[in-house]
Amino acid sequence: MMMWMNAEQETPKTVWETLETFFAEVDPKMISKATNETLYMLGYSLLFTVILGLLLGVVLFLTSDKQLLGGKLYARILYAVLSFVVNVMRSVPFVILMILIMPVTKMLVGTSIGVEGSIPPLVVAAVPFFARLVESALREVDRGVIEAATAMGASRGMIVLNVLLRESRTGLIAAVTITAVTLVSYTAMSGVIGGGGLGDLALRYGYQRFRLDIMVVTVIALVILVQILQMVGDALVRYFSRK
Amino acid sequence: MILLIELIDIEKQYIRKKAEPFIALRGVSLKLEKGEIFGVIGRSGAGKSTLLRSINLLERPTSGTVIVGGDDLTKLGEKELQEKRKKIGMIFQHFNLLSTATVRENIAFPLKISKLPAKAIRQKVDELLELVGLTAQQHQYPRQLSGGQKQRVGIARALANDPDVLLCDEATSALDPQTTDSILSLLRDINRKMGITILLITHEMGVIRAICDRVAVMEYGQIVESGTVLDVFLNPVHPITREFVSEVSDTLGSEALNAFAGAGRVVRINFRGEQTYEPVLYETVRGTSATFAILQGTVSRMKDVPYGQLIVELRGSDEDVNRIITELGQRGLAVSEL
Repeated sequence: MMMWMNAEQETPKTVWETLETFFAEVDPKMISKATNETLYMLGYSLLFTVILGLLLGVVLFLTSDKQLLGGKLYARILYAVLSFVVNVMRSVPFVILMILIMPVTKMLVGTSIGVEGSIPPLVVAAVPFFARLVESALREVDRGVIEAATAMGASRGMIVLNVLLRESRTGLIAAVTITAVTLVSYTAMSGVIGGGGLGDLALRYGYQRFRLDIMVVTVIALVILVQILQMVGDALVRYFSRK
Repeated sequence: MILLIELIDIEKQYIRKKAEPFIALRGVSLKLEKGEIFGVIGRSGAGKSTLLRSINLLERPTSGTVIVGGDDLTKLGEKELQEKRKKIGMIFQHFNLLSTATVRENIAFPLKISKLPAKAIRQKVDELLELVGLTAQQHQYPRQLSGGQKQRVGIARALANDPDVLLCDEATSALDPQTTDSILSLLRDINRKMGITILLITHEMGVIRAICDRVAVMEYGQIVESGTVLDVFLNPVHPITREFVSEVSDTLGSEALNAFAGAGRVVRINFRGEQTYEPVLYETVRGTSATFAILQGTVSRMKDVPYGQLIVELRGSDEDVNRIITELGQRGLAVSEL
């Protein structure tokens, strides 16, 4: 009995203590600063992506075959051009895209590095992606309802606002959620050009300085962030669903 | 009679890749009078849906003229067409309601399009809810409603802008028989009380018989037969019309009749109107030494008009039988020997 007690006393650390030791060197201020930067990049890039991507997605949908503007010559040309551009932009890896559009970034926000400098490439990368998601969400809208609105004498603008965007709102929310999660991983990559944020931290400390503790913390923070985004997105879809 | 809608020589072709164009309508002309209920019946693919959609130009005809209330719709600009469409209500087989909007919001939708002030919209929607009997369900969403209730919402929505005509695209085809009856009687009430002209398309002869004044039968993109429902029903000429008629009346073919007829002559007698309930046949035969046997018979109503159709075997001398046939004709019955 005594032997067993002694054995336990001889084990100096509990699991908790082990973790405390492992993360002792992690500076909470550094982590919270990086988290804020990530949220800042995510917030702004998501905002602009949603605005621009929604517009592009609606245009793609309207001009696509057998839709509201489909079949007309200008619509077919417009769709072909937009579709091509979207495909090209989606096929360039984000890391390359960031470097490619550096001059444009500098023109837009005055710098091509740091948190500000990473927002334009994030938007440019996410808009085509989000626009395609919008296009397919709009395709899910019952054609009969669009027909009914046309028969009522609704203009195309009214149909877009009152029928298409309204009826596809759960699909659009899901699209925003997916895009937000994708943007989180893109913000991590923007660390490559000194973008800042959690990814940058993981790269500089975790990879270049072999600081496993910091790497683990940033990964946990990113996992939590993605979980929250997905949970909020799913909750909104449930709330707005009428099917 | 005031002409409300006139379709003149409507043709519709669909261009297909790697195939001859599909011709949905081959020169269809149709006149719709104010206040009537007109039915178009045909099998699927006969072109009736395309015909209906060419009235509000949901399908623009390849050639032909669409005149609604005096205006040629095919010549109108987009804005003018949109204005005109507000006066052409339409209901659909699958209801086509906004799934994200309540009953109330669905009915208010066309009024919002017409940019009515909120107060006027509220008042009008209340009236319409009352009319279709959905006041209690006004805050529910379409998924919470039965098929019949959804179609009632569709009807209320179609009537919101006080249209001159209501187009019904297989409006009862997705409903069970009892619900069909209740929707049809609602449509008849609307026609009577509000004087709204109704054009409906269907593949069910029962629908035509229940509420239509006139009917056109379509096959392969053409109208093959048309007239008052009673005329078409009692004297179907085209084979497809006969098929439709036989769906709702259990008339036997002439071979079947011959099989059990006796030595006499078999005639078909059509009654119509109040005469249906008069003892015309008995009175006529009584004056002769002939007798008769009823082989088959129907007495019913077509919308509101009573009608009867008897297949009778007249037994007696040729002279007597001829006299009976002539006399029945003189008393206003349509008699034809089989």
